[in-house]
Amino acid sequence: MENPDPPSMKEELLSLHIRLLAPFTGSSKSSSPDPITEGFEGGDFEDLAIFGMDKVTRLASEKGVVLFSKSSCCMCYAVKILFQELGVTPTVHEIDQDPEGWEMEKALMRLGCNGPVPAIFIGGKLVGSTNEVMSLHLSGGLMPMLKPYQTLC
Amino acid sequence: MGLRAAGNLFQLPFKQKDFKLPNAYNINLTCTKATSIISSRSMDFPSAQFVPSRTMGNYEPIHQIGMWGENFKSIDNPDISASVIVDVANKLENESETTSHEMLAPSSKHDQEASKPFDKIQRRLAQNREAARKSRLRKKAYVQQLENSRLKLIQLEQELERARQQQGLYVGGGLEAGHLGISSAVNSGIAAFEMEYERWMEEQNKHMCELRSALHAQISDIELHILVETGMSHYFELFRLKSNVANADVFYVMSGTWKTSVERFFSWIGGFRPSELLKVLVPKIDPLTDQQILEVCNLKQSCQQAEDALSQGMEKLQETVSASLASGQMGQVTYIPQVSMAMEKFEALVRFVNQADHLRQETLQQMSYILTTRQSARALLVLGEYIQRLQALSTLWTNRPREPA
Repeated sequence: MENPDPPSMKEELLSLHIRLLAPFTGSSKSSSPDPITEGFEGGDFEDLAIFGMDKVTRLASEKGVVLFSKSSCCMCYAVKILFQELGVTPTVHEIDQDPEGWEMEKALMRLGCNGPVPAIFIGGKLVGSTNEVMSLHLSGGLMPMLKPYQTLC
Repeated sequence: MGLRAAGNLFQLPFKQKDFKLPNAYNINLTCTKATSIISSRSMDFPSAQFVPSRTMGNYEPIHQIGMWGENFKSIDNPDISASVIVDVANKLENESETTSHEMLAPSSKHDQEASKPFDKIQRRLAQNREAARKSRLRKKAYVQQLENSRLKLIQLEQELERARQQQGLYVGGGLEAGHLGISSAVNSGIAAFEMEYERWMEEQNKHMCELRSALHAQISDIELHILVETGMSHYFELFRLKSNVANADVFYVMSGTWKTSVERFFSWIGGFRPSELLKVLVPKIDPLTDQQILEVCNLKQSCQQAEDALSQGMEKLQETVSASLASGQMGQVTYIPQVSMAMEKFEALVRFVNQADHLRQETLQQMSYILTTRQSARALLVLGEYIQRLQALSTLWTNRPREPA
Protein backbone atom coordinates (compact mmCIF):
# COMPACT_ATOMS: atom_id res chain seq x y z
CA MET A 1 0.00 0.00 0.00
CA GLU A 2 3.06 2.28 0.01
CA ASN A 3 2.96 2.58 -3.78
CA PRO A 4 0.75 5.60 -4.44
CA ASP A 5 -0.42 4.39 -7.83
CA PRO A 6 -0.47 0.61 -7.80
CA PRO A 7 -0.65 -0.93 -11.27
CA SER A 8 -3.28 -3.36 -9.98
CA MET A 9 -5.72 -0.48 -9.71
CA LYS A 10 -5.41 0.31 -13.39
CA GLU A 11 -6.06 -3.31 -14.13
CA GLU A 12 -9.07 -3.18 -11.90
CA LEU A 13 -10.45 -0.15 -13.70
CA LEU A 14 -9.94 -1.92 -16.98
CA SER A 15 -11.65 -5.06 -15.81
CA LEU A 16 -14.53 -2.99 -14.48
CA HIS A 17 -15.02 -1.41 -17.89
CA ILE A 18 -14.91 -4.77 -19.60
CA ARG A 19 -17.50 -6.16 -17.21
CA LEU A 20 -19.69 -3.19 -17.90
CA LEU A 21 -19.49 -3.42 -21.66
CA ALA A 22 -19.87 -7.18 -21.88
CA PRO A 23 -23.69 -7.22 -22.23
CA PHE A 24 -23.47 -4.86 -25.15
CA THR A 25 -20.95 -6.76 -27.17
CA GLY A 26 -23.82 -8.76 -28.59
CA SER A 27 -22.68 -12.08 -27.29
CA SER A 28 -25.02 -12.27 -24.36
CA LYS A 29 -28.19 -10.88 -25.88
CA SER A 30 -29.93 -14.19 -25.31
CA SER A 31 -28.98 -14.47 -21.66
CA SER A 32 -31.38 -13.65 -18.87
CA PRO A 33 -32.21 -9.97 -18.64
CA ASP A 34 -29.96 -7.95 -16.41
CA PRO A 35 -32.18 -6.08 -13.98
CA ILE A 36 -29.98 -3.06 -14.33
CA THR A 37 -29.84 -2.86 -18.10
CA GLU A 38 -33.32 -4.18 -18.78
CA GLY A 39 -35.53 -1.80 -20.68
CA PHE A 40 -32.72 0.26 -22.05
CA GLU A 41 -31.45 0.38 -25.57
CA GLY A 42 -27.85 -0.69 -25.75
CA GLY A 43 -26.81 2.77 -26.79
CA ASP A 44 -28.32 4.97 -24.10
CA PHE A 45 -27.45 2.89 -21.14
CA GLU A 46 -23.92 2.32 -22.21
CA ASP A 47 -23.20 6.00 -21.97
CA LEU A 48 -24.95 6.49 -18.67
CA ALA A 49 -23.40 3.43 -17.08
CA ILE A 50 -19.93 4.23 -18.21
CA PHE A 51 -20.43 7.76 -17.05
CA GLY A 52 -21.49 6.57 -13.62
CA MET A 53 -18.73 4.02 -13.43
CA ASP A 54 -16.15 6.59 -14.38
CA LYS A 55 -17.26 8.87 -11.62
CA VAL A 56 -17.40 6.11 -9.07
CA THR A 57 -13.96 4.79 -9.91
CA ARG A 58 -12.53 8.26 -10.00
CA LEU A 59 -13.90 9.08 -6.56
CA ALA A 60 -13.06 5.65 -5.19
CA SER A 61 -9.43 5.94 -6.17
CA GLU A 62 -8.94 8.92 -3.92
CA LYS A 63 -6.57 8.31 -1.10
CA GLY A 64 -7.85 6.84 2.09
CA VAL A 65 -11.23 5.53 3.05
CA VAL A 66 -14.06 6.39 0.66
CA LEU A 67 -17.68 5.79 1.59
CA PHE A 68 -20.56 6.08 -0.85
CA SER A 69 -23.68 6.82 1.13
CA LYS A 70 -27.15 8.32 1.05
CA SER A 71 -28.09 10.99 3.53
CA SER A 72 -31.35 9.15 4.30
CA CYS A 73 -29.73 5.75 4.82
CA CYS A 74 -29.48 4.68 8.45
CA MET A 75 -27.20 1.73 7.72
CA CYS A 76 -24.77 4.20 6.15
CA TYR A 77 -25.02 6.20 9.34
CA ALA A 78 -24.13 3.07 11.34
CA VAL A 79 -21.04 2.50 9.19
CA LYS A 80 -20.01 6.12 9.62
CA ILE A 81 -20.27 5.68 13.38
CA LEU A 82 -18.13 2.55 13.21
CA PHE A 83 -15.36 4.34 11.32
CA GLN A 84 -15.58 7.16 13.81
CA GLU A 85 -15.08 4.70 16.67
CA LEU A 86 -12.08 3.27 14.86
CA GLY A 87 -10.51 6.68 14.56
CA VAL A 88 -10.98 7.07 10.82
CA THR A 89 -12.61 9.92 8.91
CA PRO A 90 -13.79 8.58 5.57
CA THR A 91 -14.46 10.75 2.53
CA VAL A 92 -18.19 10.53 2.24
CA HIS A 93 -20.06 10.93 -1.04
CA GLU A 94 -23.82 11.26 -0.57
CA ILE A 95 -25.07 9.99 -3.89
CA ASP A 96 -28.64 11.13 -3.21
CA GLN A 97 -27.33 14.66 -3.22
CA ASP A 98 -25.24 14.21 -6.34
CA PRO A 99 -26.67 15.22 -9.72
CA GLU A 100 -25.23 12.04 -11.20
CA GLY A 101 -26.40 10.00 -8.26
CA TRP A 102 -28.57 7.64 -10.25
CA GLU A 103 -25.73 6.64 -12.57
CA MET A 104 -23.44 6.18 -9.60
CA GLU A 105 -26.03 4.00 -7.92
CA LYS A 106 -26.24 1.78 -10.98
CA ALA A 107 -22.46 1.62 -11.17
CA LEU A 108 -22.19 0.56 -7.55
CA MET A 109 -24.76 -2.15 -8.07
CA ARG A 110 -22.79 -3.42 -11.04
CA LEU A 111 -19.79 -3.63 -8.78
CA GLY A 112 -21.74 -5.97 -6.56
CA CYS A 113 -22.96 -3.64 -3.83
CA ASN A 114 -26.55 -4.70 -3.29
CA GLY A 115 -27.47 -1.77 -1.07
CA PRO A 116 -26.22 -0.09 -3.16
CA VAL A 117 -25.09 1.92 -0.19
CA PRO A 118 -23.08 1.88 1.97
CA ALA A 119 -20.16 1.03 -0.30
CA ILE A 120 -16.69 1.22 1.16
CA PHE A 121 -13.39 1.60 -0.68
CA ILE A 122 -10.06 1.57 1.14
CA GLY A 123 -6.97 2.68 -0.74
CA GLY A 124 -8.89 2.47 -4.01
CA LYS A 125 -9.95 -1.14 -3.50
CA LEU A 126 -13.56 -2.09 -3.03
CA VAL A 127 -14.10 -3.64 0.40
CA GLY A 128 -17.82 -4.10 0.00
CA SER A 129 -20.97 -3.22 1.90
CA THR A 130 -21.91 -3.51 5.58
CA ASN A 131 -21.60 -7.31 5.60
CA GLU A 132 -18.05 -7.31 4.35
CA VAL A 133 -16.95 -4.51 6.66
CA MET A 134 -18.42 -6.24 9.70
CA SER A 135 -16.91 -9.62 8.81
CA LEU A 136 -13.57 -7.99 8.18
CA HIS A 137 -13.71 -6.16 11.46
CA LEU A 138 -14.60 -9.19 13.56
CA SER A 139 -11.88 -11.23 11.94
CA GLY A 140 -9.40 -8.54 12.81
CA GLY A 141 -8.63 -7.65 9.22
CA LEU A 142 -10.13 -4.17 9.12
CA MET A 143 -7.82 -2.38 11.56
CA PRO A 144 -4.60 -3.13 9.65
CA MET A 145 -6.23 -1.78 6.48
CA LEU A 146 -7.30 1.38 8.25
CA LYS A 147 -4.05 1.99 10.07
CA PRO A 148 -2.43 4.27 7.47
CA TYR A 149 -5.54 6.44 7.47
CA GLN A 150 -6.23 6.77 11.13
CA THR A 151 -6.39 10.33 12.31
CA LEU A 152 -4.94 11.08 15.69
CA CYS A 153 -7.61 12.44 17.98
CA MET B 1 -98.92 -11.46 3.17
CA GLY B 2 -98.20 -8.07 3.04
CA LEU B 3 -99.51 -6.64 -0.06
CA ARG B 4 -99.43 -3.60 2.10
CA ALA B 5 -95.93 -4.47 3.11
CA ALA B 6 -94.77 -4.81 -0.44
CA GLY B 7 -96.47 -1.62 -1.26
CA ASN B 8 -94.80 0.18 1.59
CA LEU B 9 -91.46 -1.33 0.85
CA PHE B 10 -91.38 0.00 -2.64
CA GLN B 11 -93.52 2.97 -1.98
CA LEU B 12 -95.68 2.39 -4.95
CA PRO B 13 -98.39 4.99 -4.99
CA PHE B 14 -101.22 2.54 -4.95
CA LYS B 15 -103.06 0.61 -2.37
CA GLN B 16 -104.72 -2.17 -4.17
CA LYS B 17 -105.42 -5.11 -2.03
CA ASP B 18 -106.29 -7.64 -4.62
CA PHE B 19 -102.87 -7.49 -6.16
CA LYS B 20 -101.29 -10.87 -6.37
CA LEU B 21 -97.62 -11.00 -5.50
CA PRO B 22 -95.30 -13.63 -6.75
CA ASN B 23 -93.73 -15.77 -4.12
CA ALA B 24 -90.50 -13.88 -4.14
CA TYR B 25 -91.50 -12.45 -0.83
CA ASN B 26 -91.73 -15.88 0.70
CA ILE B 27 -88.01 -16.29 0.31
CA ASN B 28 -85.84 -15.75 3.32
CA LEU B 29 -84.00 -12.57 2.54
CA THR B 30 -80.60 -12.75 4.12
CA CYS B 31 -80.50 -9.13 4.88
CA THR B 32 -81.36 -7.79 8.26
CA LYS B 33 -81.62 -4.29 6.94
CA ALA B 34 -84.29 -5.41 4.55
CA THR B 35 -86.05 -6.86 7.55
CA SER B 36 -86.00 -3.58 9.38
CA ILE B 37 -87.22 -1.68 6.39
CA ILE B 38 -90.05 -4.08 5.95
CA SER B 39 -90.93 -4.36 9.59
CA SER B 40 -90.77 -0.66 10.22
CA ARG B 41 -92.97 0.18 7.36
CA SER B 42 -95.53 -2.51 7.60
CA MET B 43 -97.05 -2.20 10.98
CA ASP B 44 -99.85 -4.46 10.12
CA PHE B 45 -97.61 -7.23 9.03
CA PRO B 46 -97.94 -10.16 11.37
CA SER B 47 -94.70 -11.42 12.78
CA ALA B 48 -95.95 -14.91 12.86
CA GLN B 49 -94.68 -17.31 10.33
CA PHE B 50 -96.55 -16.90 7.13
CA VAL B 51 -97.71 -19.72 4.99
CA PRO B 52 -96.09 -20.00 1.63
CA SER B 53 -98.51 -19.44 -1.15
CA ARG B 54 -99.62 -22.39 -3.18
CA THR B 55 -98.14 -20.86 -6.30
CA MET B 56 -94.66 -21.30 -5.04
CA GLY B 57 -93.69 -23.65 -7.81
CA ASN B 58 -92.19 -21.14 -10.25
CA TYR B 59 -89.01 -20.36 -8.45
CA GLU B 60 -86.03 -22.28 -7.31
CA PRO B 61 -87.02 -23.35 -3.85
CA ILE B 62 -85.02 -21.67 -1.15
CA HIS B 63 -85.06 -23.95 1.80
CA GLN B 64 -85.10 -21.56 4.62
CA ILE B 65 -88.53 -20.11 4.65
CA GLY B 66 -88.95 -18.22 7.80
CA MET B 67 -90.08 -15.17 9.57
CA TRP B 68 -89.00 -11.83 8.49
CA GLY B 69 -87.61 -11.15 11.87
CA GLU B 70 -85.45 -14.21 12.03
CA ASN B 71 -81.72 -13.83 12.33
CA PHE B 72 -80.20 -14.65 9.05
CA LYS B 73 -77.43 -17.16 8.91
CA SER B 74 -75.54 -15.45 6.19
CA ILE B 75 -72.23 -17.01 7.17
CA ASP B 76 -73.45 -20.53 6.64
CA ASN B 77 -74.96 -19.74 3.31
CA PRO B 78 -72.77 -17.06 1.86
CA ASP B 79 -73.46 -18.15 -1.66
CA ILE B 80 -77.15 -18.43 -1.21
CA SER B 81 -77.49 -14.97 0.28
CA ALA B 82 -75.97 -13.27 -2.71
CA SER B 83 -78.01 -15.26 -5.14
CA VAL B 84 -81.14 -14.78 -3.10
CA ILE B 85 -80.68 -11.06 -3.25
CA VAL B 86 -80.21 -11.23 -6.97
CA ASP B 87 -83.16 -13.57 -7.23
CA VAL B 88 -85.36 -11.26 -5.25
CA ALA B 89 -84.10 -8.33 -7.20
CA ASN B 90 -85.00 -10.03 -10.42
CA LYS B 91 -88.39 -11.02 -9.19
CA LEU B 92 -89.02 -7.52 -8.02
CA GLU B 93 -87.96 -6.19 -11.37
CA ASN B 94 -90.44 -8.44 -13.06
CA GLU B 95 -93.03 -7.57 -10.53
CA SER B 96 -92.55 -3.86 -10.93
CA GLU B 97 -93.54 -4.06 -14.55
CA THR B 98 -96.88 -5.51 -13.62
CA THR B 99 -97.45 -3.18 -10.67
CA SER B 100 -96.83 -0.14 -12.78
CA HIS B 101 -99.35 -1.36 -15.23
CA GLU B 102 -101.86 -1.75 -12.45
CA MET B 103 -100.99 1.59 -11.00
CA LEU B 104 -101.42 3.49 -14.18
CA ALA B 105 -104.93 2.34 -14.72
CA PRO B 106 -106.57 2.40 -11.35
CA SER B 107 -109.97 2.35 -12.76
CA SER B 108 -109.44 -0.61 -15.02
CA LYS B 109 -107.74 -3.81 -14.17
CA HIS B 110 -106.26 -4.26 -17.57
CA ASP B 111 -103.34 -2.53 -19.09
CA GLN B 112 -104.65 -1.88 -22.57
CA GLU B 113 -105.02 1.80 -21.96
CA ALA B 114 -101.66 2.39 -20.36
CA SER B 115 -100.03 3.80 -23.44
CA LYS B 116 -100.29 7.53 -22.86
CA PRO B 117 -96.86 9.27 -23.03
CA PHE B 118 -97.32 10.88 -19.62
CA ASP B 119 -98.04 7.50 -18.13
CA LYS B 120 -95.00 6.07 -19.81
CA ILE B 121 -92.83 8.69 -18.13
CA GLN B 122 -94.47 7.97 -14.81
CA ARG B 123 -93.83 4.32 -15.31
CA ARG B 124 -90.17 4.95 -16.13
CA LEU B 125 -89.78 7.06 -13.02
CA ALA B 126 -91.32 4.38 -10.88
CA GLN B 127 -89.05 1.76 -12.37
CA ASN B 128 -86.04 3.92 -11.67
CA ARG B 129 -87.08 4.39 -8.10
CA GLU B 130 -87.46 0.69 -7.68
CA ALA B 131 -84.16 -0.06 -9.33
CA ALA B 132 -82.45 2.38 -7.00
CA ARG B 133 -84.08 0.84 -4.00
CA LYS B 134 -83.13 -2.64 -5.07
CA SER B 135 -79.56 -1.46 -5.50
CA ARG B 136 -79.48 -0.07 -2.02
CA LEU B 137 -80.92 -3.25 -0.63
CA ARG B 138 -78.36 -5.34 -2.42
CA LYS B 139 -75.54 -3.15 -1.18
CA LYS B 140 -76.74 -3.33 2.39
CA ALA B 141 -77.03 -7.09 2.15
CA TYR B 142 -73.51 -7.36 0.80
CA VAL B 143 -72.06 -5.15 3.49
CA GLN B 144 -73.84 -7.12 6.14
CA GLN B 145 -72.41 -10.31 4.74
CA LEU B 146 -68.91 -8.85 4.77
CA GLU B 147 -69.29 -7.73 8.35
CA ASN B 148 -70.39 -11.18 9.40
CA SER B 149 -67.51 -12.84 7.61
CA ARG B 150 -65.09 -10.44 9.24
CA LEU B 151 -66.44 -11.15 12.69
CA LYS B 152 -66.18 -14.85 12.06
CA LEU B 153 -62.58 -14.46 10.92
CA ILE B 154 -61.69 -12.55 14.06
CA GLN B 155 -63.28 -15.28 16.15
CA LEU B 156 -61.30 -17.95 14.33
CA GLU B 157 -58.04 -16.08 14.83
CA GLN B 158 -58.72 -15.74 18.53
CA GLU B 159 -59.50 -19.43 18.84
CA LEU B 160 -56.33 -20.26 16.99
CA GLU B 161 -54.26 -18.14 19.30
CA ARG B 162 -55.83 -19.70 22.35
CA ALA B 163 -55.18 -23.17 20.99
CA ARG B 164 -51.55 -22.29 20.28
CA GLN B 165 -50.99 -20.90 23.73
CA GLN B 166 -52.31 -24.06 25.21
CA GLN B 167 -49.66 -25.96 23.34
CA GLY B 168 -47.07 -24.11 25.34
CA LEU B 169 -45.55 -22.02 22.60
CA TYR B 170 -45.09 -18.54 23.89
CA VAL B 171 -46.91 -16.76 21.13
CA GLY B 172 -46.99 -13.36 22.80
CA GLY B 173 -48.76 -11.14 20.35
CA GLY B 174 -47.94 -13.02 17.22
CA LEU B 175 -51.43 -12.92 15.78
CA GLU B 176 -53.04 -9.59 16.31
CA ALA B 177 -56.57 -10.90 16.43
CA GLY B 178 -58.95 -8.21 15.36
CA HIS B 179 -56.54 -6.65 12.91
CA LEU B 180 -57.39 -8.05 9.55
CA GLY B 181 -54.59 -6.00 8.05
CA ILE B 182 -52.25 -8.98 8.30
CA SER B 183 -52.10 -10.67 4.94
CA SER B 184 -52.29 -14.41 4.66
CA ALA B 185 -48.73 -14.49 3.37
CA VAL B 186 -47.44 -12.98 6.60
CA ASN B 187 -49.53 -15.33 8.70
CA SER B 188 -48.32 -18.40 6.86
CA GLY B 189 -44.71 -17.14 7.07
CA ILE B 190 -45.04 -16.77 10.82
CA ALA B 191 -46.84 -20.08 11.22
CA ALA B 192 -44.15 -21.83 9.18
CA PHE B 193 -41.40 -20.26 11.24
CA GLU B 194 -42.97 -21.29 14.54
CA MET B 195 -43.22 -24.86 13.38
CA GLU B 196 -39.64 -24.79 12.18
CA TYR B 197 -38.46 -23.25 15.44
CA GLU B 198 -40.12 -26.00 17.43
CA ARG B 199 -38.29 -28.53 15.31
CA TRP B 200 -35.09 -26.52 15.70
CA MET B 201 -35.35 -26.62 19.51
CA GLU B 202 -35.81 -30.36 19.46
CA GLU B 203 -32.75 -30.76 17.24
CA GLN B 204 -30.85 -28.40 19.51
CA ASN B 205 -31.58 -30.47 22.58
CA LYS B 206 -30.51 -33.61 20.75
CA HIS B 207 -27.24 -31.97 19.74
CA MET B 208 -26.61 -30.90 23.30
CA CYS B 209 -27.00 -34.45 24.54
CA GLU B 210 -24.69 -35.76 21.85
CA LEU B 211 -22.06 -33.13 22.67
CA ARG B 212 -22.29 -33.81 26.37
CA SER B 213 -21.80 -37.53 26.01
CA ALA B 214 -19.07 -36.98 23.40
CA LEU B 215 -17.08 -34.82 25.78
CA HIS B 216 -17.37 -37.33 28.58
CA ALA B 217 -16.44 -40.21 26.35
CA GLN B 218 -12.99 -39.63 24.95
CA ILE B 219 -13.80 -39.50 21.27
CA SER B 220 -11.31 -38.40 18.66
CA ASP B 221 -10.85 -34.80 17.71
CA ILE B 222 -12.02 -35.50 14.18
CA GLU B 223 -15.34 -36.88 15.35
CA LEU B 224 -15.70 -34.05 17.82
CA HIS B 225 -14.96 -31.58 15.05
CA ILE B 226 -17.88 -32.98 13.05
CA LEU B 227 -20.17 -32.53 16.04
CA VAL B 228 -18.96 -28.95 16.49
CA GLU B 229 -19.53 -28.16 12.83
CA THR B 230 -23.05 -29.60 13.07
CA GLY B 231 -23.76 -27.49 16.11
CA MET B 232 -22.50 -24.34 14.41
CA SER B 233 -24.48 -25.02 11.23
CA HIS B 234 -27.53 -25.49 13.37
CA TYR B 235 -27.22 -21.93 14.66
CA PHE B 236 -26.60 -20.65 11.15
CA GLU B 237 -29.76 -22.44 10.06
CA LEU B 238 -31.71 -20.50 12.70
CA PHE B 239 -30.36 -17.22 11.34
CA ARG B 240 -31.48 -18.26 7.89
CA LEU B 241 -34.99 -19.07 9.16
CA LYS B 242 -35.13 -15.73 10.91
CA SER B 243 -34.12 -13.95 7.75
CA ASN B 244 -37.01 -15.54 5.90
CA VAL B 245 -39.61 -14.56 8.45
CA ALA B 246 -38.09 -11.07 8.74
CA ASN B 247 -39.07 -10.49 5.14
CA ALA B 248 -42.63 -11.49 5.99
CA ASP B 249 -42.90 -9.52 9.24
CA VAL B 250 -39.87 -7.71 10.58
CA PHE B 251 -41.62 -6.75 13.81
CA TYR B 252 -42.22 -10.37 14.61
CA VAL B 253 -38.46 -10.92 14.58
CA MET B 254 -37.72 -7.64 16.34
CA SER B 255 -39.97 -8.47 19.26
CA GLY B 256 -38.69 -12.05 19.47
CA THR B 257 -42.25 -13.26 19.71
CA TRP B 258 -41.34 -16.93 19.47
CA LYS B 259 -39.03 -16.76 22.47
CA THR B 260 -39.68 -16.91 26.20
CA SER B 261 -40.11 -13.65 28.08
CA VAL B 262 -36.73 -13.80 29.79
CA GLU B 263 -34.98 -14.41 26.48
CA ARG B 264 -36.83 -11.42 25.10
CA PHE B 265 -35.69 -9.35 28.05
CA PHE B 266 -32.07 -9.88 27.03
CA SER B 267 -32.81 -9.40 23.35
CA TRP B 268 -30.96 -6.96 21.13
CA ILE B 269 -32.32 -6.40 17.62
CA GLY B 270 -34.12 -9.71 17.52
CA GLY B 271 -31.58 -11.97 19.26
CA PHE B 272 -28.72 -12.33 21.69
CA ARG B 273 -26.10 -9.62 21.95
CA PRO B 274 -22.77 -11.00 20.67
CA SER B 275 -20.64 -9.25 23.29
CA GLU B 276 -22.88 -10.60 26.06
CA LEU B 277 -22.47 -14.03 24.59
CA LEU B 278 -18.71 -13.74 24.79
CA LYS B 279 -18.89 -12.55 28.39
CA VAL B 280 -20.88 -15.65 29.30
CA LEU B 281 -18.76 -18.08 27.31
CA VAL B 282 -15.18 -17.06 27.94
CA PRO B 283 -14.90 -17.77 31.69
CA LYS B 284 -16.33 -21.25 31.10
CA ILE B 285 -13.78 -22.45 28.57
CA ASP B 286 -10.60 -22.22 30.57
CA PRO B 287 -7.80 -22.74 30.13
CA LEU B 288 -6.99 -20.38 27.30
CA THR B 289 -3.51 -19.72 25.99
CA ASP B 290 -2.18 -16.17 26.07
CA GLN B 291 -2.61 -15.94 22.32
CA GLN B 292 -6.19 -17.04 22.65
CA ILE B 293 -6.87 -14.55 25.41
CA LEU B 294 -5.56 -11.77 23.21
CA GLU B 295 -7.62 -12.84 20.25
CA VAL B 296 -10.77 -13.21 22.33
CA CYS B 297 -10.17 -9.76 23.75
CA ASN B 298 -9.89 -8.27 20.28
CA LEU B 299 -13.02 -10.09 19.19
CA LYS B 300 -14.89 -8.76 22.20
CA GLN B 301 -13.82 -5.23 21.39
CA SER B 302 -14.71 -5.53 17.70
CA CYS B 303 -18.12 -6.95 18.64
CA GLN B 304 -18.73 -4.09 21.00
CA GLN B 305 -17.84 -1.51 18.37
CA ALA B 306 -19.99 -3.15 15.71
CA GLU B 307 -22.92 -3.40 18.14
CA ASP B 308 -22.59 0.25 19.08
CA ALA B 309 -22.61 1.26 15.44
CA LEU B 310 -25.74 -0.80 14.73
CA SER B 311 -27.47 0.45 17.88
CA GLN B 312 -26.85 4.03 16.90
CA GLY B 313 -28.06 3.28 13.41
CA MET B 314 -31.28 1.92 14.91
CA GLU B 315 -31.72 5.06 16.99
CA LYS B 316 -31.23 7.13 13.88
CA LEU B 317 -33.89 5.05 12.17
CA GLN B 318 -36.30 5.73 15.02
CA GLU B 319 -35.58 9.43 14.79
CA THR B 320 -36.12 9.61 11.04
CA VAL B 321 -39.37 7.62 11.18
CA SER B 322 -40.60 9.78 14.03
CA ALA B 323 -39.67 12.92 12.14
CA SER B 324 -41.46 11.69 9.03
CA LEU B 325 -44.62 10.91 10.95
CA ALA B 326 -44.59 14.22 12.76
CA SER B 327 -43.85 16.30 9.67
CA GLY B 328 -46.37 18.68 8.25
CA GLN B 329 -49.22 20.06 10.23
CA MET B 330 -51.22 18.07 12.71
CA GLY B 331 -54.98 18.03 12.64
CA GLN B 332 -55.16 17.68 8.90
CA VAL B 333 -57.70 15.52 7.20
CA THR B 334 -55.16 13.18 5.72
CA TYR B 335 -51.75 12.06 6.95
CA ILE B 336 -51.11 9.57 4.23
CA PRO B 337 -48.00 11.31 2.83
CA GLN B 338 -46.34 11.28 6.23
CA VAL B 339 -47.22 7.67 6.85
CA SER B 340 -46.04 6.51 3.44
CA MET B 341 -42.77 8.39 3.94
CA ALA B 342 -42.34 6.58 7.21
CA MET B 343 -43.10 3.27 5.56
CA GLU B 344 -40.19 3.65 3.18
CA LYS B 345 -37.88 4.17 6.11
CA PHE B 346 -39.08 0.98 7.74
CA GLU B 347 -37.62 -1.04 4.87
CA ALA B 348 -34.29 -0.29 6.52
CA LEU B 349 -35.37 -2.22 9.60
CA VAL B 350 -35.09 -5.51 7.75
CA ARG B 351 -31.48 -4.64 6.90
CA PHE B 352 -30.70 -4.02 10.56
CA VAL B 353 -32.25 -7.27 11.69
CA ASN B 354 -30.27 -9.17 9.05
CA GLN B 355 -27.10 -7.34 9.95
CA ALA B 356 -27.53 -8.16 13.65
CA ASP B 357 -27.89 -11.85 12.81
CA HIS B 358 -24.87 -11.58 10.53
CA LEU B 359 -22.92 -10.22 13.49
CA ARG B 360 -24.02 -13.15 15.65
CA GLN B 361 -23.00 -15.60 12.98
CA GLU B 362 -19.60 -13.99 12.52
CA THR B 363 -19.01 -13.97 16.27
CA LEU B 364 -19.70 -17.70 16.52
CA GLN B 365 -17.55 -18.33 13.47
CA GLN B 366 -14.60 -16.38 14.81
CA MET B 367 -14.82 -18.12 18.17
CA SER B 368 -14.63 -21.47 16.42
CA TYR B 369 -11.42 -20.31 14.69
CA ILE B 370 -9.82 -19.06 17.90
CA LEU B 371 -10.72 -22.08 20.03
CA THR B 372 -9.58 -25.68 19.77
CA THR B 373 -12.10 -28.32 18.80
CA ARG B 374 -12.57 -29.42 22.37
CA GLN B 375 -12.97 -25.87 23.58
CA SER B 376 -15.49 -25.16 20.82
CA ALA B 377 -17.50 -28.18 21.87
CA ARG B 378 -17.53 -26.92 25.44
CA ALA B 379 -18.50 -23.45 24.23
CA LEU B 380 -21.50 -24.82 22.34
CA LEU B 381 -22.59 -26.72 25.41
CA VAL B 382 -22.27 -23.66 27.59
CA LEU B 383 -24.25 -21.56 25.14
CA GLY B 384 -26.99 -24.16 24.85
CA GLU B 385 -27.24 -24.58 28.58
CA TYR B 386 -27.34 -20.85 29.17
CA ILE B 387 -30.32 -20.56 26.83
CA GLN B 388 -32.00 -23.45 28.64
CA ARG B 389 -31.51 -21.66 31.95
CA LEU B 390 -33.06 -18.51 30.51
CA GLN B 391 -36.04 -20.52 29.38
CA ALA B 392 -36.34 -22.28 32.74
CA LEU B 393 -36.28 -18.93 34.52
CA SER B 394 -39.06 -17.75 32.25
CA THR B 395 -41.25 -20.75 33.04
CA LEU B 396 -40.63 -20.44 36.77
CA TRP B 397 -41.34 -16.75 36.72
CA THR B 398 -44.61 -17.22 34.86
CA ASN B 399 -45.73 -19.90 37.30
CA ARG B 400 -44.52 -18.31 40.49
CA PRO B 401 -47.07 -18.26 43.33
CA ARG B 402 -48.64 -14.86 43.48
CA GLU B 403 -50.55 -13.18 46.25
CA PRO B 404 -54.17 -12.70 45.34
CA ALA B 405 -54.76 -9.12 44.29
